[in-house]
Amino acid sequence: MDARVDAMGGEVTSSALVARVGKERRNGASFVLDVSVEAPPGITILFGPSGAGKSTLLDCIAGLVRPEAGKIAIGEDVLFDSVLRVDIPPQQRRIAYVFQSLALFPHLTVERNIEYGLTDLPDQDRGTRVQEILAAFRIERLRNQKPSQISGGERQRTALARSLVTAPRVLLLDEPLTGLDAELKAALVEDLRAWNALKRIPILYVTHSREEVDALGERVIAIDNGRVVSHGAPMDVLDAPRRKRLAQAAGFENLLSGTVLDLRGPDGVMRVKLGESSSCEIEVPLAHASAGDRVQVAIRAGDILLASERPHGLSARNILEGRMVSLEQRGTMCIAQIDCGVTFVVHVTPGAVRALELTMGKPVWLVLKTHSCHLVD
Amino acid sequence: MNSLGLSFELAGCVAAILLLVGTPVAYWLAYSNWRGKFLLESIVALPLVLPPTVLGFYALLAMGPRGPLGKLWIALFGHGLAFTFSGLVLASIVYSFPFAVQPLMVSFESVDQKLLDASAVLGAGRWRTFRRVILPLSLPGVVTALVLSFAHTLGEFGVVLMVGGNLTGVTRTVSIDIYDLVQSLEYGEANHLALLLLAMSFAVLCFVYAVNRRVWTPAWTRWVAK
Repeated sequence: MDARVDAMGGEVTSSALVARVGKERRNGASFVLDVSVEAPPGITILFGPSGAGKSTLLDCIAGLVRPEAGKIAIGEDVLFDSVLRVDIPPQQRRIAYVFQSLALFPHLTVERNIEYGLTDLPDQDRGTRVQEILAAFRIERLRNQKPSQISGGERQRTALARSLVTAPRVLLLDEPLTGLDAELKAALVEDLRAWNALKRIPILYVTHSREEVDALGERVIAIDNGRVVSHGAPMDVLDAPRRKRLAQAAGFENLLSGTVLDLRGPDGVMRVKLGESSSCEIEVPLAHASAGDRVQVAIRAGDILLASERPHGLSARNILEGRMVSLEQRGTMCIAQIDCGVTFVVHVTPGAVRALELTMGKPVWLVLKTHSCHLVD
Repeated sequence: MNSLGLSFELAGCVAAILLLVGTPVAYWLAYSNWRGKFLLESIVALPLVLPPTVLGFYALLAMGPRGPLGKLWIALFGHGLAFTFSGLVLASIVYSFPFAVQPLMVSFESVDQKLLDASAVLGAGRWRTFRRVILPLSLPGVVTALVLSFAHTLGEFGVVLMVGGNLTGVTRTVSIDIYDLVQSLEYGEANHLALLLLAMSFAVLCFVYAVNRRVWTPAWTRWVAK
């Protein structure tokens, strides 16, 4: 019996996707991609700056690009093995893949697009399956429209439906929600979650957007420069980035270099002097370092408190005096730059700007919790 | 049969056969990764630069009673190939080959690679991807190939003269007829035929460019796009 039919019957026990992939550069000199990832049923996010190798990894898993080394398997079923010379063609992998460009067939209607992967089913079953998925993704009324006649969000829904209707064993999503506004995004994510609550397949979701990680996150694998740099729960991976590029991608507006002054083991902190010549010193969490080492400190603009007078009686250890050098309003957020010897970027609300009577050149105090200061490589 | 009818029959046969033969060649040229691909590309384009008399000369040698094609034809059908309609069709296929293959190749190449990837991931093999994605999206190229090879065959002269000779109702095409009429100073008659050919060529080109610019979508394209 066709395994796809089993899958639709809901009796299938879903298996994890395990991929170890080595992909060489054109000249074979080094690996562009050398990663090992595991995606259990549910959503796993592949996070990293653009050019990190995320899409290449998906292409390898789908079978569109052949790695030089590695092994790709879903449960016990091996799809690729460089040692055993196994390489199942993409047609037979039963992996669904939604590209960033969506790649809907422009000459086919929404319904024909969705039917595309269902040729080996009898007409009646096909009709039922298409009807089901049209309903699950709320696009029934679009069935006779061409992709050029529907909106961006509707196209994204169509592409998801076209992939999922084939009852795949794994779903690969390459930044499928780019360009959607937050509300549409949330609605689509909800529908995807609802669908996967029943099917329980591994979904590998590529993004470089911090917001999407927060909205979807169960597990995150962070990739940079073709290597896995960390993995775990979104909070652990993104709130304590260990790589500079990842820190930038994860929305750490302040990336400051400094020199370790001394370690205070009993307190669990060390003192770092920021910048080259400034006298700006802060306490950061203790790490493997010794006095004199150069370090990078990442701090979110939203984690910094602003005060118009020197604050007293706070648990926060880092209180820095500075002057405001610029203030810019962007939407409902104000971005201030404060010069304390080194320049910090601080996010405050317009209300706070009014309440503190913040103006250019006015002295202000920055308050930083020790654990808001993250060390990165 | 008059020369005009004969020309149409010849052009129709050649265009139809070229579409069948040219499509796999164009597909291979568009998607093969073989490094020596330029060799085949050059061979396909050769009739564009070669004087028709040169092509016709070698075609005549090959089709003659002592040529390889001629011998084969005699063994199969009991008569020679030179100075027959079949011989004319064969030579014209070679002569018009680039006019069918190049538009096909260009339109196959311009289909977005991501659509082919999407098709593969959805389980479609090469043939299904070709039939359901590449071909429908290449329709303007198919129309161009058909029409250009038809029009080019209609107007050929040198190859026909070399291979076909000038046998009324068998190999005397309209372009040869015009030449004959001019030779015998029947300018009025020649002008009728020449004008007809001119008008038709213009109409054909208008059609090709209109299809490529998608000025309108002919009803029959929906059949393939289904």
